[in-house]
Amino acid sequence: MIIVVSLLVILMLIAAIAALIYKDLISAVIAACMVSLIAAVLFYFLQAPDVAMAEASIGAALVTAIFIIAIRRTKRYEE
Amino acid sequence: MRRVISVILLIIICWGIILALHKIPFGIPKTKVGEYYLNRGRQETGSANIVTSVVLNYRGFDTLGEVTVLFIAAIGLGAVLATLNKKGKRKIEPSSLILNTGCRFLFPLILLFGAYIFIHGHLTPGGGFQGGAIIASAYVLIYLGCRGRRISEIGSKTTESLGGLVFIVLGLVGLAVGGHYFLSNFLPKGQLNTLFSAGIIPIIYIAIGFKVGSELAGVIDNLMEKS
Repeated sequence: MIIVVSLLVILMLIAAIAALIYKDLISAVIAACMVSLIAAVLFYFLQAPDVAMAEASIGAALVTAIFIIAIRRTKRYEE
Repeated sequence: MRRVISVILLIIICWGIILALHKIPFGIPKTKVGEYYLNRGRQETGSANIVTSVVLNYRGFDTLGEVTVLFIAAIGLGAVLATLNKKGKRKIEPSSLILNTGCRFLFPLILLFGAYIFIHGHLTPGGGFQGGAIIASAYVLIYLGCRGRRISEIGSKTTESLGGLVFIVLGLVGLAVGGHYFLSNFLPKGQLNTLFSAGIIPIIYIAIGFKVGSELAGVIDNLMEKS
Protein backbone atom coordinates (compact mmCIF):
# COMPACT_ATOMS: atom_id res chain seq x y z
CA MET A 1 0.00 0.00 0.00
CA ILE A 2 2.65 2.49 1.07
CA ILE A 3 4.76 1.53 -1.96
CA VAL A 4 1.85 2.22 -4.32
CA VAL A 5 1.18 5.58 -2.68
CA SER A 6 4.85 6.62 -2.80
CA LEU A 7 5.09 5.60 -6.46
CA LEU A 8 2.01 7.67 -7.22
CA VAL A 9 3.42 10.68 -5.36
CA ILE A 10 6.71 10.42 -7.28
CA LEU A 11 4.79 10.15 -10.57
CA MET A 12 2.75 13.21 -9.57
CA LEU A 13 5.91 15.20 -8.84
CA ILE A 14 7.39 14.21 -12.21
CA ALA A 15 4.19 15.26 -13.98
CA ALA A 16 4.13 18.59 -12.11
CA ILE A 17 7.77 19.35 -13.05
CA ALA A 18 7.03 18.33 -16.65
CA ALA A 19 4.09 20.76 -16.71
CA LEU A 20 6.49 23.52 -15.65
CA ILE A 21 9.27 22.87 -18.18
CA TYR A 22 7.36 21.95 -21.36
CA LYS A 23 7.47 24.64 -24.03
CA ASP A 24 4.50 23.13 -25.84
CA LEU A 25 1.55 24.38 -23.81
CA ILE A 26 -0.81 21.55 -24.80
CA SER A 27 1.69 18.99 -23.46
CA ALA A 28 1.97 21.08 -20.28
CA VAL A 29 -1.84 21.04 -19.86
CA ILE A 30 -1.92 17.25 -20.32
CA ALA A 31 0.80 16.91 -17.66
CA ALA A 32 -1.25 19.11 -15.30
CA CYS A 33 -4.28 16.91 -16.03
CA MET A 34 -2.17 13.90 -15.00
CA VAL A 35 -1.35 15.63 -11.69
CA SER A 36 -5.11 16.00 -11.07
CA LEU A 37 -5.84 12.39 -11.94
CA ILE A 38 -3.15 11.05 -9.60
CA ALA A 39 -4.39 13.43 -6.89
CA ALA A 40 -7.87 11.93 -7.34
CA VAL A 41 -6.48 8.40 -6.90
CA LEU A 42 -4.58 9.53 -3.79
CA PHE A 43 -7.73 11.11 -2.32
CA TYR A 44 -9.49 7.79 -2.86
CA PHE A 45 -6.70 5.98 -1.01
CA LEU A 46 -7.05 8.49 1.83
CA GLN A 47 -10.75 7.49 2.11
CA ALA A 48 -12.16 10.71 0.69
CA PRO A 49 -14.21 9.49 -2.31
CA ASP A 50 -16.27 12.70 -2.44
CA VAL A 51 -13.19 14.86 -2.95
CA ALA A 52 -11.74 12.31 -5.38
CA MET A 53 -14.86 12.59 -7.53
CA ALA A 54 -14.74 16.39 -7.55
CA GLU A 55 -11.01 16.38 -8.35
CA ALA A 56 -11.39 13.89 -11.21
CA SER A 57 -14.39 15.56 -12.84
CA ILE A 58 -13.36 19.20 -12.38
CA GLY A 59 -9.56 19.06 -12.24
CA ALA A 60 -8.98 16.45 -14.89
CA ALA A 61 -11.89 16.94 -17.28
CA LEU A 62 -13.28 20.47 -17.21
CA VAL A 63 -10.15 22.47 -16.39
CA THR A 64 -8.19 20.64 -19.10
CA ALA A 65 -10.93 21.33 -21.64
CA ILE A 66 -11.09 25.02 -20.71
CA PHE A 67 -7.29 25.40 -20.88
CA ILE A 68 -7.13 23.71 -24.29
CA ILE A 69 -9.89 25.95 -25.64
CA ALA A 70 -7.97 28.98 -24.34
CA ILE A 71 -4.69 27.77 -25.90
CA ARG A 72 -6.43 27.20 -29.24
CA ARG A 73 -7.42 30.88 -29.26
CA THR A 74 -3.91 32.10 -28.38
CA LYS A 75 -0.42 30.71 -29.10
CA ARG A 76 0.54 27.08 -28.71
CA TYR A 77 4.28 27.45 -28.06
CA GLU A 78 5.97 29.38 -25.30
CA GLU A 79 8.98 31.48 -26.31
CA MET B 1 23.35 34.80 -9.77
CA ARG B 2 19.60 35.39 -9.54
CA ARG B 3 18.97 31.67 -9.90
CA VAL B 4 21.31 30.83 -7.03
CA ILE B 5 19.55 33.39 -4.82
CA SER B 6 16.13 32.04 -5.70
CA VAL B 7 17.18 28.45 -5.00
CA ILE B 8 18.60 29.48 -1.61
CA LEU B 9 15.38 31.37 -0.82
CA LEU B 10 13.33 28.32 -1.80
CA ILE B 11 15.38 26.06 0.47
CA ILE B 12 14.95 28.48 3.39
CA ILE B 13 11.18 28.64 2.84
CA CYS B 14 10.92 24.82 2.60
CA TRP B 15 12.97 24.46 5.78
CA GLY B 16 10.67 26.87 7.61
CA ILE B 17 7.53 25.05 6.48
CA ILE B 18 9.00 21.66 7.49
CA LEU B 19 10.02 23.02 10.90
CA ALA B 20 6.52 24.39 11.44
CA LEU B 21 4.64 21.30 10.32
CA HIS B 22 6.70 18.26 11.34
CA LYS B 23 5.41 18.17 14.90
CA ILE B 24 1.74 18.02 13.92
CA PRO B 25 0.59 14.38 13.88
CA PHE B 26 -0.98 13.20 10.64
CA GLY B 27 -4.47 11.72 10.69
CA ILE B 28 -5.24 12.41 14.34
CA PRO B 29 -8.17 14.76 15.00
CA LYS B 30 -7.21 17.93 16.82
CA THR B 31 -10.70 19.22 17.56
CA LYS B 32 -13.81 17.57 18.91
CA VAL B 33 -16.13 18.75 16.13
CA GLY B 34 -15.32 15.90 13.72
CA GLU B 35 -16.03 13.37 16.44
CA TYR B 36 -19.41 15.01 17.07
CA TYR B 37 -20.36 14.80 13.38
CA LEU B 38 -19.29 11.16 13.16
CA ASN B 39 -21.24 10.14 16.25
CA ARG B 40 -24.38 12.25 15.94
CA GLY B 41 -24.59 13.20 12.25
CA ARG B 42 -26.66 10.23 11.15
CA GLN B 43 -29.41 10.68 13.74
CA GLU B 44 -29.54 14.45 13.52
CA THR B 45 -29.74 14.79 9.74
CA GLY B 46 -30.91 11.37 8.51
CA SER B 47 -28.26 11.37 5.79
CA ALA B 48 -26.23 8.17 5.40
CA ASN B 49 -23.28 10.03 3.83
CA ILE B 50 -21.74 12.10 6.62
CA VAL B 51 -19.86 14.39 4.23
CA THR B 52 -23.19 15.42 2.72
CA SER B 53 -24.71 16.02 6.15
CA VAL B 54 -21.84 18.39 6.98
CA VAL B 55 -21.86 20.14 3.59
CA LEU B 56 -25.60 20.76 3.42
CA ASN B 57 -26.83 20.70 6.99
CA TYR B 58 -24.22 21.82 9.50
CA ARG B 59 -22.39 24.00 6.96
CA GLY B 60 -25.22 24.75 4.55
CA PHE B 61 -24.63 28.48 4.59
CA ASP B 62 -21.03 27.99 3.42
CA THR B 63 -22.33 25.92 0.52
CA LEU B 64 -24.61 28.78 -0.47
CA GLY B 65 -21.49 30.98 -0.51
CA GLU B 66 -19.64 28.47 -2.73
CA VAL B 67 -22.55 28.36 -5.18
CA THR B 68 -22.54 32.17 -5.24
CA VAL B 69 -18.79 32.27 -5.98
CA LEU B 70 -19.27 29.93 -8.94
CA PHE B 71 -22.19 32.04 -10.15
CA ILE B 72 -20.14 35.25 -9.98
CA ALA B 73 -17.24 33.58 -11.82
CA ALA B 74 -19.55 32.46 -14.64
CA ILE B 75 -21.14 35.93 -14.87
CA GLY B 76 -17.68 37.56 -14.95
CA LEU B 77 -16.50 35.27 -17.75
CA GLY B 78 -19.63 36.05 -19.75
CA ALA B 79 -19.13 39.78 -19.22
CA VAL B 80 -15.45 39.66 -20.28
CA LEU B 81 -16.18 37.58 -23.39
CA ALA B 82 -19.13 39.79 -24.38
CA THR B 83 -16.78 42.76 -24.85
CA LEU B 84 -14.63 40.95 -27.43
CA ASN B 85 -15.56 41.82 -30.98
CA LYS B 86 -16.19 38.61 -32.77
CA LYS B 87 -14.15 38.23 -35.94
CA GLY B 88 -16.63 36.87 -38.41
CA LYS B 89 -18.32 33.50 -38.46
CA ARG B 90 -15.85 30.63 -38.46
CA LYS B 91 -16.62 27.82 -40.81
CA ILE B 92 -17.55 24.72 -38.86
CA GLU B 93 -16.44 21.48 -40.39
CA PRO B 94 -18.95 18.70 -39.72
CA SER B 95 -17.50 15.79 -37.75
CA SER B 96 -17.34 12.30 -39.17
CA LEU B 97 -20.26 9.89 -38.88
CA ILE B 98 -18.55 7.57 -36.39
CA LEU B 99 -17.55 10.42 -34.05
CA ASN B 100 -20.98 11.99 -34.30
CA THR B 101 -22.85 8.77 -33.57
CA GLY B 102 -20.48 7.80 -30.75
CA CYS B 103 -20.90 11.15 -29.02
CA ARG B 104 -24.67 11.06 -29.39
CA PHE B 105 -24.70 7.54 -27.94
CA LEU B 106 -22.49 8.42 -24.95
CA PHE B 107 -24.14 11.75 -24.13
CA PRO B 108 -27.34 10.43 -22.44
CA LEU B 109 -25.34 7.81 -20.53
CA ILE B 110 -23.03 10.45 -19.02
CA LEU B 111 -26.07 12.63 -18.22
CA LEU B 112 -27.67 9.65 -16.44
CA PHE B 113 -24.49 9.02 -14.45
CA GLY B 114 -24.29 12.65 -13.36
CA ALA B 115 -27.96 12.65 -12.36
CA TYR B 116 -27.44 9.43 -10.41
CA ILE B 117 -24.57 11.02 -8.51
CA PHE B 118 -26.47 14.10 -7.42
CA ILE B 119 -29.76 12.32 -6.68
CA HIS B 120 -27.95 9.81 -4.45
CA GLY B 121 -25.77 12.46 -2.83
CA HIS B 122 -27.09 11.69 0.65
CA LEU B 123 -26.51 7.92 0.30
CA THR B 124 -23.29 7.40 -1.69
CA PRO B 125 -20.17 9.53 -2.23
CA GLY B 126 -20.72 12.48 -4.50
CA GLY B 127 -23.28 15.23 -4.65
CA GLY B 128 -24.46 18.28 -6.49
CA PHE B 129 -21.06 19.73 -7.39
CA GLN B 130 -19.62 16.43 -8.64
CA GLY B 131 -22.76 15.46 -10.54
CA GLY B 132 -23.01 18.94 -12.07
CA ALA B 133 -19.38 18.78 -13.21
CA ILE B 134 -19.99 15.37 -14.82
CA ILE B 135 -23.06 16.75 -16.65
CA ALA B 136 -20.97 19.70 -17.87
CA SER B 137 -18.31 17.28 -19.15
CA ALA B 138 -21.07 15.55 -21.18
CA TYR B 139 -21.69 18.93 -22.81
CA VAL B 140 -17.95 19.28 -23.51
CA LEU B 141 -18.20 15.97 -25.39
CA ILE B 142 -21.13 17.27 -27.46
CA TYR B 143 -19.36 20.56 -28.23
CA LEU B 144 -16.21 18.73 -29.39
CA GLY B 145 -17.79 15.75 -31.13
CA CYS B 146 -20.94 17.10 -32.79
CA ARG B 147 -19.89 20.53 -34.04
CA GLY B 148 -22.72 22.95 -34.60
CA ARG B 149 -24.97 21.74 -31.80
CA ARG B 150 -25.39 24.21 -28.93
CA ILE B 151 -27.38 24.42 -25.75
CA SER B 152 -30.02 27.13 -25.66
CA GLU B 153 -28.76 30.11 -23.70
CA ILE B 154 -32.18 30.96 -22.26
CA GLY B 155 -32.67 27.37 -21.11
CA SER B 156 -29.35 27.16 -19.29
CA LYS B 157 -29.80 30.58 -17.66
CA THR B 158 -33.33 29.67 -16.52
CA THR B 159 -32.21 26.34 -15.05
CA GLU B 160 -29.35 28.05 -13.25
CA SER B 161 -31.58 30.73 -11.74
CA LEU B 162 -34.24 28.20 -10.72
CA GLY B 163 -31.60 26.06 -8.96
CA GLY B 164 -30.35 29.02 -6.95
CA LEU B 165 -33.89 30.13 -6.18
CA VAL B 166 -34.88 26.68 -4.85
CA PHE B 167 -31.85 26.70 -2.55
CA ILE B 168 -32.60 30.12 -1.06
CA VAL B 169 -36.38 29.60 -0.82
CA LEU B 170 -35.89 26.27 1.01
CA GLY B 171 -33.47 27.98 3.38
CA LEU B 172 -35.96 30.78 4.10
CA VAL B 173 -38.82 28.30 4.59
CA GLY B 174 -36.59 26.44 7.03
CA LEU B 175 -35.96 29.71 8.85
CA ALA B 176 -39.70 30.40 9.08
CA VAL B 177 -41.04 26.92 9.82
CA GLY B 178 -38.36 24.66 11.22
CA GLY B 179 -36.08 26.29 13.70
CA HIS B 180 -34.27 29.47 14.45
CA TYR B 181 -31.63 29.30 11.75
CA PHE B 182 -31.31 29.47 7.98
CA LEU B 183 -31.56 26.12 6.13
CA SER B 184 -32.90 24.14 9.08
CA ASN B 185 -34.10 20.68 8.10
CA PHE B 186 -37.87 20.94 8.44
CA LEU B 187 -39.01 17.96 6.34
CA PRO B 188 -39.38 14.48 7.91
CA LYS B 189 -36.08 12.61 8.09
CA GLY B 190 -37.46 9.27 6.91
CA GLN B 191 -35.64 6.00 7.25
CA LEU B 192 -31.86 5.98 7.07
CA ASN B 193 -30.34 4.60 3.84
CA THR B 194 -33.45 4.99 1.68
CA LEU B 195 -33.80 7.32 -1.30
CA PHE B 196 -36.55 9.42 0.32
CA SER B 197 -34.75 10.36 3.51
CA ALA B 198 -32.76 13.19 5.06
CA GLY B 199 -35.42 15.88 4.65
CA ILE B 200 -34.37 18.82 2.48
CA ILE B 201 -30.87 17.51 1.70
CA PRO B 202 -31.72 15.60 -1.54
CA ILE B 203 -33.89 18.47 -2.81
CA ILE B 204 -31.09 20.99 -2.31
CA TYR B 205 -28.52 18.66 -3.89
CA ILE B 206 -30.73 18.18 -6.96
CA ALA B 207 -31.08 21.98 -7.22
CA ILE B 208 -27.29 22.41 -6.89
CA GLY B 209 -26.70 19.68 -9.48
CA PHE B 210 -28.90 21.43 -12.04
CA LYS B 211 -27.38 24.81 -11.19
CA VAL B 212 -23.73 23.74 -11.40
CA GLY B 213 -24.32 21.63 -14.52
CA SER B 214 -26.04 24.41 -16.47
CA GLU B 215 -23.56 27.01 -15.21
CA LEU B 216 -20.45 25.08 -16.29
CA ALA B 217 -22.10 24.10 -19.59
CA GLY B 218 -22.76 27.83 -20.11
CA VAL B 219 -19.08 28.57 -19.41
CA ILE B 220 -18.06 25.99 -22.03
CA ASP B 221 -20.58 27.48 -24.48
CA ASN B 222 -19.21 30.97 -23.88
CA LEU B 223 -15.62 29.85 -24.42
CA MET B 224 -16.29 27.72 -27.50
CA GLU B 225 -18.65 29.99 -29.38
CA LYS B 226 -18.09 33.57 -28.26
CA SER B 227 -14.33 33.89 -28.16
